[in-house]
Amino acid sequence: MISWIIRRLFAGLVTVWFIATATFFAMHLVPGNPLDNEKAVAPEIRANLEKRYGLDKPLLAQYGIFLGNMARGDFGISFAQENREVNDILREHFPVSAVLGITALLFASIGGILGGALTAHFRGRVADRLVMVAVIAAISVPGFVVAALAQLAIVNMNSWHGSQLLPVAGWGSPSHIWVPALVLGLGTLAYLTRLMRSSMLEVMSADHIVTARAKGLSAMQVFRRHELRNALLPVVTELGPTVAAITTGGFVVELVFAIPGMGRYFVQAVQQLDYTVIMGTTVFYGAFLVLVVVVVDIIYGFIDPRIRLYGADQ
Amino acid sequence: MQTALLFLFLVMSAAVSAQAIDVAKQRITLTLDAEPPSLNTFTSSDAISSEILVHVMEGLVQYGPDGKIMPAVAARWSSDNQGARFWLRKDARWSDGKPVTAHDFVFAWQQVVAPATASQYAFIFNPVKNAAAITRGELPVSALGVRAVNDYELEVLFERPCPYFVSLTAWVSYYPARRDIVAKWGRAYAADHDKAVYNGPFTLARWVHGAEILMRRNPQYWNNAATRLNEIHYAYVTKDELAKFNLFKNENTAYTTLSLGSLDSAMQAGYRVEQFQTAALFFLEFNHRPAHVTANLALRKAIQAVYDPDMVVYKMMGRPGTLPGRSLFPMTVRGHKGRFRDEYPARRLKPDLATAQRWLAQAKQELGVDQLPPLTLLASDSPLSIEQAEYLQFLLNKTLGISVQIDVQTFKQFIAKRGKGEFEISVAGWGPDYDDAMTFADLFASWNANNRGRYNNPAYDALIEQAGNSADPAVRFAAFAAMQQLIQDDVVILPIYEEVDLYLRHPALKGLYRPVFGGDLNLRFAWLEHSE
Repeated sequence: MISWIIRRLFAGLVTVWFIATATFFAMHLVPGNPLDNEKAVAPEIRANLEKRYGLDKPLLAQYGIFLGNMARGDFGISFAQENREVNDILREHFPVSAVLGITALLFASIGGILGGALTAHFRGRVADRLVMVAVIAAISVPGFVVAALAQLAIVNMNSWHGSQLLPVAGWGSPSHIWVPALVLGLGTLAYLTRLMRSSMLEVMSADHIVTARAKGLSAMQVFRRHELRNALLPVVTELGPTVAAITTGGFVVELVFAIPGMGRYFVQAVQQLDYTVIMGTTVFYGAFLVLVVVVVDIIYGFIDPRIRLYGADQ
Repeated sequence: MQTALLFLFLVMSAAVSAQAIDVAKQRITLTLDAEPPSLNTFTSSDAISSEILVHVMEGLVQYGPDGKIMPAVAARWSSDNQGARFWLRKDARWSDGKPVTAHDFVFAWQQVVAPATASQYAFIFNPVKNAAAITRGELPVSALGVRAVNDYELEVLFERPCPYFVSLTAWVSYYPARRDIVAKWGRAYAADHDKAVYNGPFTLARWVHGAEILMRRNPQYWNNAATRLNEIHYAYVTKDELAKFNLFKNENTAYTTLSLGSLDSAMQAGYRVEQFQTAALFFLEFNHRPAHVTANLALRKAIQAVYDPDMVVYKMMGRPGTLPGRSLFPMTVRGHKGRFRDEYPARRLKPDLATAQRWLAQAKQELGVDQLPPLTLLASDSPLSIEQAEYLQFLLNKTLGISVQIDVQTFKQFIAKRGKGEFEISVAGWGPDYDDAMTFADLFASWNANNRGRYNNPAYDALIEQAGNSADPAVRFAAFAAMQQLIQDDVVILPIYEEVDLYLRHPALKGLYRPVFGGDLNLRFAWLEHSE
C-alpha cells in the first residue's frame, strides 16, 4: 500500500512538471505581454521593466529559472499586483475558496446522492419528473445567471422583510457563505443527481438485489446495505476532480458575491497575462488535483472491497 | 493550515454586515473595483490605486471641488518659463508626526525617474530638467532639476517651458515619500497598510488583500479640522456592475457606478442618476503604415464621409450625457480662458453619400483595384467596443460595399496587435494624463509610442514642437487649433464619442467630487448629512 502510494505520488510529480512546462510555453506563445498596457511606455522604460522581471532573458533561460524557483516553492512576484508574492496570493485566497468550496460540495454531494437515489426509487412518478426537469435546468443555466438571480432574490427578500436577513455580498461571517455555496454547488448537485440516479437504476435491477429482497431484508436495509453502497462508486470517481475544481474557486460566484477567493485570481491572471500568477495558480491547482485523485483511489478500496489497490496485498 | 485558520478568523472578525452610511459616526461604506495594483507612488499608474492614494497622500497642490488647483503641502508657489518654486507649509506632517519637507519631494521624484524603478509614469516628469535623460540611463538621478533650497522651499528647473507644471504636481507620481521608511521596507514598501507613512487627510488602517480597505481620519494632517468623514470603508471588492448595484440598493454602499445593464434597473427603481465627464475620447484609429490600404487618404475620406457619430451616440449607445466625437480634443480640455472647444470650435461634418462614393472611386483608382480587400477592424472584447465595431461593419458594407472583418481580442492581445499594426482600423480610446491639450495632441506625434497607427506627418510634428516650446497661450492654442483641423482633414482618426460615467450616490453623502485628474472619486471634503 505504502509503496503504491509513493509510486502514485511520484507519477503525480511528473504530471505536475508536465502541466507546468506546457502552461509555461503555451502562456508565452499567447500574443501580448504582462507589461503591455493601454499606454505604451518609452523603449528605455520598457527595457528597464523587462530587466526587472527577467523578461529580457531568452525563453529557455526563463524556464530554467522558473523550474529552479518552483522546486524551492517560490513562484515570484505578481506582475499586476506589484510587490505581492504569488505565494501570498495562494496562502491568503485559497482558504477562502476552500471554505466556500467544501460547503458547496457538502450541498452538492448530500443533495445529489439523496436526490439521485430517491428519484431512482420513485422512477416515473411526478416527483421524479419534476426533479429531473429541475436538474436539467440547473445543468443548463450558466452560473453567472444563477448567481445574479440569487443575489437579486436576496435584495428583494431583504427589502420586503425590511431587515438584513442575508448579506448581499461580502465575506466574513457564516451567513455570507450559504447562498454563494449553494450557487457554486448547484451545477454539481444536478450532475451528481443524474449520475446517482442512473447508477442506482442499474444496481436496482441487479441479481443480488433480487436475492436480498428474496431473503427477506426490509426495503430500507436493501437500500442502505446493497443499493446505495454499490451505486456510490461512479459518484466517488466523479467527486475527485470536482473537489479540486470547486475548492479552488468559482470565478463568477466570487465576483458577484465579492468573495476574496482564488477563482478571481485564476481568471484575472490569464486576462492580464500575469505570468507568475498564472504559473502559481496552475501548478497549485494541478498538484491539488493529482493529490485528490490519489486520495479518491484510496477511498475506493474502502467502499468496494472488490477493488484492491495494485500491490496493496503484498 | 494554521495560517489559513488565522486568516479566516481575521476575515471573520473584520467584516460585519456593512451599512452604507452612519451619519453619527461620519462613516461610509463603498465598493472597490479591484485590489489596488500598487500603492507605491513611485510606480502606481492606475485609477484604482489613485482612488485610494488621493485620500491618504497629498502632493504640493490638489484639485479642489471646483476643478481648480488649490494649495496642499505647498502654501504658495510661483512659476515662469525657466522653472517653478514652491513654499511648503510648516505644519504639514506625516502620520508618524514627522514634518513633510522639501527633501521628501526631491527623494520621491528622483525615485520615479530612476531607471531601476522602471515607472510607467516616468514620462510625466519630462518637463523637469534632465528627467528623460535620467530615465534613459544617461545621467545620474542627482541631475534631476529639483532642489530643496531649505526644508520648506522647493525649486524646480524646466527642460522646456511648461505652463501647466503646477497642476502636474497634484498627480500621484509627484507625491512625496520618506527615505527612511522606503529604506526600512525595501521591496515590501507600501505593500501593506503598516508598511508606509501617510500625509493625506486619511491613513490606511486596514488592508485585507482582495477583500477590504479601511481608511481612517489622520489626526496628524495639517488641515484635519476641514476633514469631516471619520472613516471610509471599502468593504467589498468587485467590479461586477450588477453586484455593485444590488449592494447599493440594499443600502450596503453609498455610491456606485452604472453600466449599460444596471442603468436601466436604476432608472426603473427611480434613483437619481448623476453624470460625470471622464474626459476620455473614444475613436476609430486608422493604420497609416504604407502596406495597409488605409494609408490611402481618399479611402479614409470616403469612410469619414459616411461615418456619423451622432447616430452612434444618440441612436445606438443610449447613455445619457455621452457626447458625439467631433474633435481630437474633448470638451473638457482647457483653453486660453475657458474651454478650448468653445474658443476653437471643431468643424462639424455631415454624412454625405455622394461625396463618399466619389472619394471611394478615387481611392480604388489610386490603389489600382476594382474591389477593396476586406478591412480588418480590431476591437477589444468589451461589449461597447464590439458594438462600435459591428456598427462600422454594417455601415461600410451598406453604404460603400466595403467588407469588414471584425477581429475581437482580449485586452492584452488587443494591445499587442495594435502595437504591431495588425489592423486597418482599430477601436481605440485615450484618457488624459495631465491638464493640458498636449496630452491629446502629442498622441499623433511621429515619435509617440502610443501612436499605434503610425501617423507620420512632419507638419503635425512641427505644430507639436511649436506648442511644446512656447509658454505663450496665443501661440500654443493656435497650434492646437491647427492640429485639430489637420487631424480632421487628414482623417487621422474618426472621433466616436466622449465618455460619460453614470453613477448613483446616497442622498446623505454630500461634498463628493470627481476630478478628471489626480484621483477620481474624491471624498476629502465629503460629509454625511440627512437631507430632511
